[in-house]
Amino acid sequence: MNDETKFMLKKLIFYTFIFTVVAWIVIPIIISTLYGFALPRDYYDPKKILPTSFTIKYVKTLLFTLGALDGIKNSVIVALITITISFALGIPAGYAVAKFLFPGKDTIKLSIVALRMFPIPVMAIPLVVLYIKLNLIDTLLGVALAHTAMALPFVVLITSSIFAGVSTELEEAGMVFGLTRFGSFFRITLPLALPGLAAAAMFTFVMSWNEVFVASILTLSHRTLPAQILSIMAGASGGAAPDYYKFAAAFIMILPAITFIFFARKYLVTMWGITLK
Amino acid sequence: MVEVRLENLKKYFDNGRVKAVDGVNLTIKDGEFLVLLGPSGCGKTTTLRMIAGLETPTGGKIWFEDKDVTYLPPKDRNISMVFQSYAVWPHMTVYDNIAFPLKIKKYPKEEIDKKVRWAAELLQIEELLDRYPAQLSGGQRQRVAVARAIVVEPNVLLMDEPLSNLDAKLRVAMRAEIKKLQTKLKVTTIYVTHDQVEAMTMGDRIAVMNQGKLLQVGPPTEVYLKPKSIFVATFIGAPEMNLLEVSVKEKEDSITLEGEGFEIPLSSDFKELLEKYIDKTVVFGIRPEHMTIESVSSLEHVKRSTTIEGIVDFIEALGTDTIVHANIGSGNIIKVKLPGHIPLEVGSKVKIVVDLDNIHIFDKNTEKAII
Repeated sequence: MNDETKFMLKKLIFYTFIFTVVAWIVIPIIISTLYGFALPRDYYDPKKILPTSFTIKYVKTLLFTLGALDGIKNSVIVALITITISFALGIPAGYAVAKFLFPGKDTIKLSIVALRMFPIPVMAIPLVVLYIKLNLIDTLLGVALAHTAMALPFVVLITSSIFAGVSTELEEAGMVFGLTRFGSFFRITLPLALPGLAAAAMFTFVMSWNEVFVASILTLSHRTLPAQILSIMAGASGGAAPDYYKFAAAFIMILPAITFIFFARKYLVTMWGITLK
Repeated sequence: MVEVRLENLKKYFDNGRVKAVDGVNLTIKDGEFLVLLGPSGCGKTTTLRMIAGLETPTGGKIWFEDKDVTYLPPKDRNISMVFQSYAVWPHMTVYDNIAFPLKIKKYPKEEIDKKVRWAAELLQIEELLDRYPAQLSGGQRQRVAVARAIVVEPNVLLMDEPLSNLDAKLRVAMRAEIKKLQTKLKVTTIYVTHDQVEAMTMGDRIAVMNQGKLLQVGPPTEVYLKPKSIFVATFIGAPEMNLLEVSVKEKEDSITLEGEGFEIPLSSDFKELLEKYIDKTVVFGIRPEHMTIESVSSLEHVKRSTTIEGIVDFIEALGTDTIVHANIGSGNIIKVKLPGHIPLEVGSKVKIVVDLDNIHIFDKNTEKAII
């Protein structure tokens, strides 16, 4: 084998690998999108793999009649509250872990992660009881608080590593040249940490958007999108939904995430282009 | 511009287990360029950070003229600092970096512009004003950091090893430039470094620190020629000062230093100075350039001298200088620095001439200078 064929072979293996990975992610998205808009006769036709005639009927029914649109609205509200609270608590904590030495620092770091070991189903019943007592049951704030509890450990860990990446000397330079400690944080460290914080926000958003268990047990009439879809699909109103409804639901679940990434991508790349050093 | 006074300044870490700065008393005169010199971990940077207000002292006081600034936050001290990593803000252009301290102090816009251009011109970075730090070289970032530090006309300019990240050639150039700039602006400057060459070439005075304590303060030549302790003597100067353990012997009317396998006869005028140490062990020190080799070259302006015999052990030819390692007996090696190229051969016998006006004798226990 000469060098040229070796090189070509390497390239072939490389592209096969890339193709497999991309296909693994993209094919289910394409299939569910196509079936989500397929007519039932196409879907059930054994001679057809891909549908040829389409309708927006099922997506429309899901969105407007079955409450998926309200679910989307609720999901966005819950995710935004989750980001707000978990950032308000997590940024100062992450900063402290990154920049200060204090007694018990390692223990605190470890227990932050350890808390996430407890499976949520174990906490489900006490949580519901507590929420009933606190009048938080079936409220968006209640779901957001539960999501905050789930996201906070990661927000603390992620932000602490982001702040550790911003040189302390940059902040001290701010203080020497006339800023207070807080001023220096807001005008020097925070802008430099922004790309990382945006990533942490995305992570939190996606976590909250996808979370179905807690959202399902804590709400009844104010459901987030996954909880709403689940109750429709599992047949809360008697009997499981037909397959093409499931695909339509999958499409509704995927769409916002893809749209978000599509618009945010360029912005994120630009932000990460600024070097911290 | 102010006089800075440190009064018994202390900084302990770990509940007093680590004494980073241990009772430093020092006055830095108005407009003076003072270099804090010492090995890493000697407390020089901690001292500087306390003057900046970035670190709170465990004890003692810091005065700017007659104002106690010990517990004042950095922003209220009107100081500037050049950091080791430059600390140029990466999210601002060079212009904004330099203008930032003025913006915070709410200067009018035209004045900010005037001052920024003045500082940029001084540091020759006018054409870089629109760039971001990521687009600059290390040396250029260094200039931006210095421009930012002088633009506010600070009371005190603090520099924390500002040249240590530059390559050797640039370092020499910046050394001269910073010194010239300081002379021009007459700003009280405290400069921290572990590089003795920087200290010797830049400082009006040098303050040598070790293990949290101030060992000696004085003009560079004084610290070099009259070190008060073994530490200062060996820390400054390259190659290092030769140190030999000897005992002081009285012979008839004169004094001789006796070491293992060698003798150094001293003139009679040393008798009075060493009277208390007769028959005791002391440490003898001599800098390599304060000796010469008879028949090869002669020391100029030497009033009193003595000779030791030795055998050439090794020769370092540096081009401008030659460093001769000579075995003076029982494996005691002393280094002699001679100007130019010296045609000597390893193994040849030499007579080493010692300039007695430049010898040092240290107490063996306290390591303090006797002569």
